[in-house]
Amino acid sequence: MVKKDNLQAVAEAKNKWETGTLQKTIGKYPERHSDFMTVSGSPVERLYTPQDIEELDYLEDLGFPGEYPYTRGVQPTMYRGRLWTMRQYAGFGTAVESNQRYKYLLSQGQTGLSVAFDLPTQIGYDSDHPMAEGEVGKVGVAVSSLGDMEVLFDEIPLGKVSTSMTINASAAVLLCMYMAVAEKQGVPWKDLRGTIQNDVLKEYSARGTYIFPPSPSMRLITDIFAFCSKEVPRWNTISISGYHIREAGSTAAQEIAFTLADGIAYVEAALKAGLHVDDFGPRLSFFFASHNDVLEEIAKFRATRRLWARIMKERFGAKNPRSMKVRFHTQTCGHTLTAQQPLNNIVRVTLQALAAVLGGTQSLHTNSYDEALGLPTEEAVRIALRTQQIIGYESNVAETIDPLAGSYYIESMTNRLEKEAADYIRKIDDLGGAVKAIEQGYIQREIQDSAYRYQQEIESGRRTIIGVNKFQVEEKSRSKIMKVDPAVGQSQAQRLKQLRKERDNREVKRCLAELRRGARTDENLIPPIYRAVKAYATLGEICDVLRDVFGEYRPTEIV
Amino acid sequence: MRKIRVLVAKVGLDGHDRGAKVIARAFRDAGMEVIYTGIRQTPEQVVAAAIQEDVDVVGLSSLSGGHELLFPRVAKLVKEQMGDQVLVIGGGVIPEDEIPALKEAGIAAVFGPGTSLKEIIDFVHTHVNRAS
Amino acid sequence: MGSHALEQLLQEFYRGSKMAAARIISLVERNDPAGREILKQLYSKSGQGYIIGITGPAGSGKSTLTDSLVKLLRQQNRRVGVVAVDPTSPFTGGALLGDRVRMGELSLDSEVFIRSMGTRGNLGGLSWAARDALVVLDAFGCDYLFVETVGAGQSQVDVARVADTVIMVDVPGLGDDIQAAKAGIMEIGDIFVVNKADRGDADKLVRYLQSTLELGQQNDDEWQPPVLKTIAWQGTGVEDVLKGIMAHRRHLEQSGLIVSRRKQRLKEEVILQVERLVQMRLSEGFQSEEVLSRVYCRELDPWTAAKTMINSLSGKKCEARNP
Repeated sequence: MVKKDNLQAVAEAKNKWETGTLQKTIGKYPERHSDFMTVSGSPVERLYTPQDIEELDYLEDLGFPGEYPYTRGVQPTMYRGRLWTMRQYAGFGTAVESNQRYKYLLSQGQTGLSVAFDLPTQIGYDSDHPMAEGEVGKVGVAVSSLGDMEVLFDEIPLGKVSTSMTINASAAVLLCMYMAVAEKQGVPWKDLRGTIQNDVLKEYSARGTYIFPPSPSMRLITDIFAFCSKEVPRWNTISISGYHIREAGSTAAQEIAFTLADGIAYVEAALKAGLHVDDFGPRLSFFFASHNDVLEEIAKFRATRRLWARIMKERFGAKNPRSMKVRFHTQTCGHTLTAQQPLNNIVRVTLQALAAVLGGTQSLHTNSYDEALGLPTEEAVRIALRTQQIIGYESNVAETIDPLAGSYYIESMTNRLEKEAADYIRKIDDLGGAVKAIEQGYIQREIQDSAYRYQQEIESGRRTIIGVNKFQVEEKSRSKIMKVDPAVGQSQAQRLKQLRKERDNREVKRCLAELRRGARTDENLIPPIYRAVKAYATLGEICDVLRDVFGEYRPTEIV
Repeated sequence: MRKIRVLVAKVGLDGHDRGAKVIARAFRDAGMEVIYTGIRQTPEQVVAAAIQEDVDVVGLSSLSGGHELLFPRVAKLVKEQMGDQVLVIGGGVIPEDEIPALKEAGIAAVFGPGTSLKEIIDFVHTHVNRAS
Repeated sequence: MGSHALEQLLQEFYRGSKMAAARIISLVERNDPAGREILKQLYSKSGQGYIIGITGPAGSGKSTLTDSLVKLLRQQNRRVGVVAVDPTSPFTGGALLGDRVRMGELSLDSEVFIRSMGTRGNLGGLSWAARDALVVLDAFGCDYLFVETVGAGQSQVDVARVADTVIMVDVPGLGDDIQAAKAGIMEIGDIFVVNKADRGDADKLVRYLQSTLELGQQNDDEWQPPVLKTIAWQGTGVEDVLKGIMAHRRHLEQSGLIVSRRKQRLKEEVILQVERLVQMRLSEGFQSEEVLSRVYCRELDPWTAAKTMINSLSGKKCEARNP
């Protein structure tokens, strides 16, 4: 990017500066550490100069917004056209309570819904299953049947909002419920906008809410791809997630690599299932974390866009530019929130959110400051949303596109992260791809090693966490906490009992038998699941049929 | 010196095992024998394993709010089937005002986010009843 | 531990208390004299169980295979004990024992007992404690006992020393040649399992194992070690492994090899115990300086010196205990 003779002059001048000006100061005032590093543990130099981006080719490596390789952003006008979607993940207790929270959030200017389901729902258990005890309605809303889903979206026009659902192993069932509610509201499927997470590979490697073994899970995913590409064309059929990989402890480079390696596995599975890359490629979306290291995170988002664009174009021969774009949601890192002096979390979240915006995110969830203590209170959720609004409307960072491009540090880190991630992907390819790498425990081990290293850096004081290992204060009782009514479990059990009594049980039985037959063949499973959902078969009943046919995943646990 | 044996388990359904795995490694590096059971363990499974492994400490983790019901159940079963000398400790996202009730129920200590590994290891070293 | 408490522990053990069995294993494991005492009492009740050694490289799916085999044996209403051994870190003395992760459901089965152990001092090999734990579980009434170790040369050979049937597990894709062949210990395997057989090059590994086995056939034993394919997590092929175990057991019993093998094993064990005792007595009573000086001055030769030592030992009462 810099002319050769210039570069020579810069090198000489830098050398002069180092031996002169710098040396004098360092002699008197040594630096804080002997070496500096990013949050991910990569070395950080004192100063970056044109020498560090010598190889960068503007047109080839950066280009223009909305054009390959999308380093500068996936849309031509980015936030000048429209700000990112402010989408707060929410859901708790019963469908009635969550429905009220959604309406409140929409009234406060939130522009998209993001549904959190409770763990039994995510693992395909009805609320009255023995394993669900103590978990119903805790980390999200409990949805056991279409009846619950109808309540959850009551008076919310599905043709107007875009809805993101954090649901993976049981995604097919919940998507069918959503489609059924739309049908009741008279909204055509082609108008539905939203996302299901549907990324089961990261469940094995990082998040833990898996049900079935990899191969039938991949089949469910490709069935959804195939069905939606025809019937629900505006729906994002997967949100390939690095967020949980990062939260489990990975570095930034690992977050990129393991996410894109999962992405490669989905693309390959879909191709194998006979789909064309440009049929489903445009519907792939991504989900990343934003950590404390503002500059490293910005570089991470840029590197991810460039790497995926290259993979889709060069490796899979995608022709449609939309297939090459990384459109992504970002959430600020939950594990960086401290229980100590919780108001400080507002500042952390602000910095992380800023990094996501400067990195060109399409939608954003900002964590509430009290989430290390328990479920967020309404006030904390509002501050989190206001944080985004202040960045969007007051800080002026959204007025120009990719403002940090050209920074020697940002560009050299973007290059480094892309290279590190590509190296990891090559290693995973050598192991036989993401599924095999997970089965062998490779990805889990890499993540755990990083997590342990990070924790040891905190223990040793090498890494400072304000209020935790530095600047602690004596604190009195901490702030108020939102509580889920423990009666949720009982009321859900009651509703289920009622449902099983009132529905047409012969129809349910027929639909489940049909689903079982389908699961044994290789027909697309979405239509039979849809019919079962419509007949008010419960989530647990549907998943039990599939568990029966597919078996359950058992982890390759390596600590 | 007698080797301390610790069982580390995630009760309930949440799969967030970063903390459990980090603490398992830390116990190992502190010279203990750590039996790791993985995620989605019921209290009954945890206690059955703790018995067969004859552990000195049962360490529980939950980030989903399941602790309210599940931690006391483990503590009760441990006490009934293993006696008073086994230490049951817990960690995760646990609201401060719920800690007294957990302690009342037999959880010897609750370690919230930000607790240092050293603090947990020291606690175990101090409280494991070596006389047994 | 007082004799009363000891007696009570034994009573509970005989009543079938898992807690008691677990505590006895702990006593034995930490070399508590009470453990040795109890072990002596239990010994007469052992010898009924059939011991299966499972060994193979890390990540080959040993625990998953064990889990599936135990489940099959449970269908036949057998009582089963499992001792899973993982390495202890030589630096910290700590160990991470993760085998239970794959055997979670078995924890609750009243007729299954699973114990994880670190190798502790015994670098790479099977610790005494693991052998003793097998005795305890044998006396506890387990019909089948599994001992599972990560394959790393010595521990595999050690497994062969304690087990009636040795299963060597391998998976495709770990390398061109298999671990056991590399270590030159193929002959200790009675059954070979190629796990994760859905992987591409499984058949290649099977053929490799078969041809290596044919080359190495020199046993007086007529047993032909089968090479079996499994996908352990699905249970695929596991029944054949169990059939293989039963066939090997029949073979040992019908040929009388089971008696000679077990006697040989006991002989080795007794000799090992003798060595330990002698070593212990010598380290206690060896007047090294004096004797060494005499040998040094050539007043005494090393052979006579040794004989004198042994003779002096035989006069003393030899109390069996652990070093």
